[in-house]
Amino acid sequence: MHQNLLKYKHYRYLKLFLVLAVASIALYFSQGEDQPANGGTLQGYILGITSAFFILLLTFLGIRKRSYSSNMGTVEGWTSAHVFLGTSLLLITTLHAAFQVGWNVHTLAYILMLAVIFSGFFGLFAYMHYPRILSSNNNGTSQDQWFDDLQEIDEKIKNLAISCRTGVRLMVLSAIENTQLDSTLFKQLRGKDGSKIRLQSGSKQLVTNKNQEIIIDILSTAIPNSQKQAEASALNEILTLFSRRQRLLKIIRRTLQVKAYLKAWLIFHIPITIALLAALIVHILVVFIYW
Amino acid sequence: MDSHKYKVVIIGSGPAGLSAAARAAHYSQEGSSHLLLEAFSSPAKTIFQYQKGKHVMDEPGFLDLRSPMEFVAGKRETVLQAWEDGLKNCEVNVQYETEVVSISGENPNFIIKLKNGNEITSENVILSIGLQGNPRKLGMPGDDESDFVRYTLEDPAEFEDKTIVVIGAGDAAIENALGLAQQNTVHIINRKNEFARAKEGNLNAVLAAINSKSNEFYCGYNTNVKSVQLPDGNGQNGAIVLDTPDGDKEIACDCIIARLGAIAPRRFVESCGVQFPNDKPDSIPDLDNQYQSNVKGLYIIGALGGYPLIKQAMNQGYDVIEFIHGKEIKPADHPLLEQQFKLLPYAMDAQKVLELYQQRVPMFRRMNALAFRELIIESNIVIALDEELYTETQKEEKIARNAGVSKLTKLIKAGDYIFKKGDYSNSFYTIVEGEVYLDSGTGKKFTVGAGQFFGEMSLLSGRPRKAHAIASSDCILIETSRRIMIKLMNSNDEVAEGINRIFITRALQGAFSPKLPNKELVQLAGTVEMLEFKANEEIFKEGEKGAELYLIRSGTVSLSKGNVVTVQLQSGDLVGQMALMGNPVRLHTAKAAVRVEALKINRQQFITLVKSNPDEIKVLQKNLAELMKNSNSMGSVVEAAETVSFLLDKGLGEATNALVIDETLCVACDNCETACAETHNGISRLDRESGSSFAGLHIPISCRHCEQPHCMKDCPADAIHRAESGEVFIDTSCIGCGNCETNCPYDVIKMSYDMPKKPSLFAWMFMGVGSGPGEPKKVTIDKKAKDKGKKAVKCDACMDLKGGPACVRACPTGAAIRISPNDFVELVDGR
Repeated sequence: MHQNLLKYKHYRYLKLFLVLAVASIALYFSQGEDQPANGGTLQGYILGITSAFFILLLTFLGIRKRSYSSNMGTVEGWTSAHVFLGTSLLLITTLHAAFQVGWNVHTLAYILMLAVIFSGFFGLFAYMHYPRILSSNNNGTSQDQWFDDLQEIDEKIKNLAISCRTGVRLMVLSAIENTQLDSTLFKQLRGKDGSKIRLQSGSKQLVTNKNQEIIIDILSTAIPNSQKQAEASALNEILTLFSRRQRLLKIIRRTLQVKAYLKAWLIFHIPITIALLAALIVHILVVFIYW
Repeated sequence: MDSHKYKVVIIGSGPAGLSAAARAAHYSQEGSSHLLLEAFSSPAKTIFQYQKGKHVMDEPGFLDLRSPMEFVAGKRETVLQAWEDGLKNCEVNVQYETEVVSISGENPNFIIKLKNGNEITSENVILSIGLQGNPRKLGMPGDDESDFVRYTLEDPAEFEDKTIVVIGAGDAAIENALGLAQQNTVHIINRKNEFARAKEGNLNAVLAAINSKSNEFYCGYNTNVKSVQLPDGNGQNGAIVLDTPDGDKEIACDCIIARLGAIAPRRFVESCGVQFPNDKPDSIPDLDNQYQSNVKGLYIIGALGGYPLIKQAMNQGYDVIEFIHGKEIKPADHPLLEQQFKLLPYAMDAQKVLELYQQRVPMFRRMNALAFRELIIESNIVIALDEELYTETQKEEKIARNAGVSKLTKLIKAGDYIFKKGDYSNSFYTIVEGEVYLDSGTGKKFTVGAGQFFGEMSLLSGRPRKAHAIASSDCILIETSRRIMIKLMNSNDEVAEGINRIFITRALQGAFSPKLPNKELVQLAGTVEMLEFKANEEIFKEGEKGAELYLIRSGTVSLSKGNVVTVQLQSGDLVGQMALMGNPVRLHTAKAAVRVEALKINRQQFITLVKSNPDEIKVLQKNLAELMKNSNSMGSVVEAAETVSFLLDKGLGEATNALVIDETLCVACDNCETACAETHNGISRLDRESGSSFAGLHIPISCRHCEQPHCMKDCPADAIHRAESGEVFIDTSCIGCGNCETNCPYDVIKMSYDMPKKPSLFAWMFMGVGSGPGEPKKVTIDKKAKDKGKKAVKCDACMDLKGGPACVRACPTGAAIRISPNDFVELVDGR
């Protein structure tokens, strides 16, 4: 019942893509001997106009996606068409240019288009690949719930820490305080754990506590050294909680990273599309002015 | 003893009593005396105890007010003030704080005993004491209503940083306790070890509050009140002593709120000699057309007489005084009755038509005349006419409409569909004249004639119509909405039984197509037992020996092998027929996935049914074979069956249209939520990320359009409806009471202010005006929206959008789809 966007309506747009591919190749080779293949032949014009029209159509997805009560197809259909028509542009525009490149505004438009299309390919890869990872990583729990769990664990640890000796207590608190979950998209993409810990109370220096490993080491060595039984059992519980915390943080960090992947490519894809539109207009004007 | 004998004594100064007293005061000028008695210290206690500033409605809008007392919709304070003024202006003879202990005798010699020992004599008595009754008290010294001990809570905001003990485990107690909990320390005292009487929403909320560490909310289970210590002076704390499982415990507190329910007035009414038709708690005393009970001269009006709406009750108050003074007037709702019958081809008076109709339908014959009148006014009268007459009558209709008549006889063309197979309508139809053809579309056809009814299947099961209903020419029908019909069935055993009997008969016809004479079939139907199963209750167990099968009347049943659900069945389906058609050992465990009603058919009944039409056995065998095939194919794929178990576990068994997201396709763009908000005044009715997931399927928090919607259960404004195409929606008459929010077990209804208008997409994109698409994160609610108050909002499955649900259509990856339980197998099979 669920159908991914490539398979939409029994591969409707894949079929369209194949027809387009065959038709444009045929059109390319129909260019006569007397006028070599070029953007300026009749066939070249047809390919060029088709490309320009497709680019506008593909850009229109951004508007269709936000026209929420529109009856013009579904967004999934539009996205499916977007992918296949976008891919077909690789072929159609190349044939339009008849494999000619140079240091000029025409090739600039072509290169920008390639950048848009290949960033789109990454987006498609992300859309096909990452949701599955997100689903198995989250395992039925929402991001908000993960954060709630984390907060609950932190509260428990803070309460337990009261019955520990000062040095350990301060380290535990500093490990919690200096746990880092990234808020900017770029850092989320990198997924690096910048968590830190203060080993000496009063010292300004923080050392890395990547993956909560340092604090877990400290806790496990502190348990045999504890003088009171109450402290030993509290430390033991804290250790268990930190192990759970370690796992939680891993999951959250991965969730943030995957979500960032799902978003980040658009930051590239869309501005370049705007640049492409500008270059396209220049390309068309220039062709007509210098005819 | 007061030696004066009154012409009429009115007991209870609610809207009905006030209006009666004011009209009686008019006759006092002609020498006919009256007295109004009220136990409370001011008039209209029920309305007096509404929360401050509450809007009092004047439904039904189409009915005119007939009373010397003023009444228009408005704030509680305004309404009460108008009545206080009215009492003075009309010179009503009223005594407050006068509680009546007993009424004896009959016209013209009633003796009314008061609590203070006095006696009053009267020729006639009007009882207008309402249904609220008196709050049950704690029953110990110091329990009188005071600032310290209260039996109602007007305004939770009145209390801040106080310690309050709430006693009781019902909805009123829980709602009060939760209302206070935000800014106070609250102890809720429960006599039992759980909150068994509470609505599910309240139950969850109170358990969450008890378990939450962040607020000061405590619960004493198995705890009784031992004594109350009143505070010494103003501003001092009092205390309550509790008898707990761990011994006595004293809690110092600022206030005790006891919500122990009310002592229903029925016992008192019965002590006056008034008879009730049955033992049901909501039963209404038998009254004649003039609101007179079986005790001559004793009249009953208002909510106690079955008229809970203020305006109706006030009109009754006026009318009843007229009747007592021998005036033959037509009730205020007479014009409504006339309009209902206006386009019918009769020259009779509306009252006569009403009486005729009641005689026509056996099921309604013994109904209380007033209740039948009410039924007709609240229903639609439908007439089917031939082309020529139809066009002619349409002109007449147009003239009446132009004259401002809102509700008229409903016209349809003969041969038109009354409803179609698959429609989600659930009105109930009674035929008073002519015939209606029912056509199942699979070759089964019935004709129903005058005095019979149809439409009971959808009414009782909540499922779409199973057949087309086609009107013959000149047939006249009473079309009654589900809400009115359910109300009637709850108050009238005969109607309930009649409908049930026909339901069973037709269900048997549908399932077995028996060729039995109608009389025998009806007789057989009378012996079939109706059973009710709670959600998760087992109907039978795998491996047991069984000798009966079940026909599901409403709800969903899951069949499982081991722990794996293999099939689910819905209303109209048979369960357990294998035990009667071959192997007596049950092959499955059958469990009610939601609340289920089912008919139990034993071997004897089954044999009678199938013997009468041996051809049908083949059909039954074929259906069974199909079921076994499905069950085995599901059972062999454990993962698929586990997924179905998960869906059923999350309540999707009672869904008709639920949003299910494929997590392996969802890119978390939230375009579904944005689309929902954008197409529904800025408020999203779904929460994508919340909800439950299993094996890559995610059920977000969003409306499932249940077969029997929980939200519809007690909507005082009757604002929740089901569209013919199945969508459950809330209309603009919502009063914001929050009942539906509480009743919904899936948390899909929220209370919300109207959002400010959004700028257009281009204005936002290019000029940065307002907030972008979706639900605004930060928003200032304007004054108009605040005055209107929060109203309930929920998914309407985009019934007004041509293309269908916006959430699904806005999903770029195909992750979001809407399905019904029929699609489960396909859903999990395709994975």
